[in-house]
Amino acid sequence: MSNTILEAKNINKYFNDPIRIQVLSDINFSVNKGEFVSLTGKSGCGKSTLLYVLSTMDTDYEGQLLIDQEEMPKRNEPFLAKIRNEKIGFVFQFHYLLNEFNVLKNVMLPGLKQNKYSEEEVEFRAIEKLKILGIEHLALKQANHVSGGEKQRVAIARALINDPHIIMGDEPTGNLDKKNSDLVFDIFKRLADEFNQTLLIVTHDPSFAARTHRIIQMEDGKIIHS
Amino acid sequence: MKKKLLINIANGLLMARWKQTLVAAVGVTFSITMFIALLSFMSGMNDLLDGLIINRVPHIRIYNDIKPNAHQPITLDRNYKTAHHFISSIKSDESRQSIYNSAAIMQAIKNDKRVLGFSQKLTAQVFFNDGNIDITGSMSGVNPVEEGSLFHFDDYITSGKSQDLTKINNSVILGKGLAEKLLTNIGDVIQITTSKGERFQLKVVGIYQSGLRDIDNVQSFASVSTVQKILSKPSNYITDIQVKLKDITQAPAMAKEYEQLFQTDAEDIQTANSQFETGSSIRTLISYSVGITLLIVAGFGIYNILNMMIFEKMDSIAILKATGFSGRDVQNIFMYIAISIGVFGGLCGLLLGFGLSSIIDQIPFNTAALPTIKTFPINYNPKFYLIGMVFSFFTTYFAGWFPARKASKIDPVIIIRGK
Ligand SMILES: Nc1ncnc2c1ncn2[C@@H]1O[C@H](COP(=O)(O)OP(=O)(O)OP(=O)(O)O)[C@@H](O)[C@H]1O
Ligand SMILES: [Mg+2]
Repeated sequence: MSNTILEAKNINKYFNDPIRIQVLSDINFSVNKGEFVSLTGKSGCGKSTLLYVLSTMDTDYEGQLLIDQEEMPKRNEPFLAKIRNEKIGFVFQFHYLLNEFNVLKNVMLPGLKQNKYSEEEVEFRAIEKLKILGIEHLALKQANHVSGGEKQRVAIARALINDPHIIMGDEPTGNLDKKNSDLVFDIFKRLADEFNQTLLIVTHDPSFAARTHRIIQMEDGKIIHS
Repeated sequence: MKKKLLINIANGLLMARWKQTLVAAVGVTFSITMFIALLSFMSGMNDLLDGLIINRVPHIRIYNDIKPNAHQPITLDRNYKTAHHFISSIKSDESRQSIYNSAAIMQAIKNDKRVLGFSQKLTAQVFFNDGNIDITGSMSGVNPVEEGSLFHFDDYITSGKSQDLTKINNSVILGKGLAEKLLTNIGDVIQITTSKGERFQLKVVGIYQSGLRDIDNVQSFASVSTVQKILSKPSNYITDIQVKLKDITQAPAMAKEYEQLFQTDAEDIQTANSQFETGSSIRTLISYSVGITLLIVAGFGIYNILNMMIFEKMDSIAILKATGFSGRDVQNIFMYIAISIGVFGGLCGLLLGFGLSSIIDQIPFNTAALPTIKTFPINYNPKFYLIGMVFSFFTTYFAGWFPARKASKIDPVIIIRGK
């Protein structure tokens, strides 16, 4: 019980544009520490929508969201920003690196924002994360001068910098070729097995899902199997 | 630490778009430069034109006006005290034009703490004889030392020395136009005739140019005693006492006070020259409006550049927010960008504005009307620089505020979904 990291209670969400439709209905599930969970389902069933709610970026929902057993408020933007900074790591389908900065700085940014460690320590930790992902040699390269697969690994390093409780990914391998997808999957797997990292990853790839600890399946805004 | 990080990110965004940023900064620089140069020049010009009048005009002039006696015989008759008096063909009486008891008045003014100084003056109407022709003119008897220290008399002496009026007996300083008509120069002796027909020989010791041609064609100066001699009047005969105050704004009140106290006429500078103040304030108003308009245009430049930057950096903003930067942080990042453009552009503008003013200050500006002015006038008042800086800060602040606010409101979900 005490190692529940993420819990959704009776979550409902509607879109009002153009007509009021329910995209999430009565979502209930929880993720425990160290679990590697994949979220699958047909296109348009509401996976991304659910992930945005769980990530605290979307607060327009009904029901309760608990992260680290703490209920998330819906109207305290600075507080939610702090939660995202300290407890959640993100990996998106597109890498979203800041092209103005080099790879190392990109990884360091959320760490500097957290302001828990000194700049030197954050830099040291960032290099550690890059080493885990095997890309420390890219540290001083400009973010837009590395390949797509490498960018995705930089994004994972960035997600890891503050030792988050959970890493969330929305089709992080969706934009990569087979080789790079496998590489990224292996990294996730290693993070889960070696570092006991909790992961919640949305994927379309059945072979990807099959190799995770647990599969949550969605259909038409409902969880049909978890 | 947190501030440092935001400034660091702002700096990164700025450097990535340094060309556009520079264009926006140049806009601010240009407008501040023009603002400073325009105000310095306009204000210099104002000072010059005001000085033309204010320097030379006493703050209070004490004199005896020529006017009909207020006490006509009928008004003294007790029987008609309450009646309305019709008096026709009333004439100004031959009362003395000189100030009664001038020595006592001067002593009283001297003891008045509000007074900076005063000078006495008397005026005679004379004819300057040039062969067969007599030129009508006016001769003022002045004390050149006081006239010089209080009313910048020496600034208008284009050749010769005003002090010679007292050093050399029977000497005169001629208006430039007058000297030209008489074909005389310094050292020459001219002859004048008084209105009573007496003739005098006077030695020319200087040339005076006020800048107002009508005055320069008729005016001449001599020492007080010389003019008293020409008029065959005693040494206490004075027609004007010109007072300069420490605080010019007290002039109207003090003029009234003196009128009461000394039983003479007293005129203050504000009443005598009201039109000049209106002129200066309108010129100042125009300069400020042009300067502020320029700044507002520069503000729109900054607004545009930031809007563009925010549009381009949507993804970066989304990821910053996703990784834990709050709306406030994002807003601050863009505010830093706006303000650094404003401060950098503004400071350059102040320097260039000073440079441009100095250049204008070197441009020759010779006009017969302004004998002491050789170049365009510039007023290097630090006030303009302060106003320029404050305005550039505020315009960039407001120009940055709206786009920065917009950036802070960007919903990362919409951006990430949009991909
Ligand atoms: N802003 C919106 N307004 C209205 N409807 C929306 C909006 N965003 C998404 N939807 C709808 O909500 C439903 C769920 O969308 P969502 O993106 O969560 O699907 P998904 O499961 O992630 O699909 P995919 O696998 O293709 O990414 C879809 O039917 C979509 O059309
Ligand atoms: Mg999706």
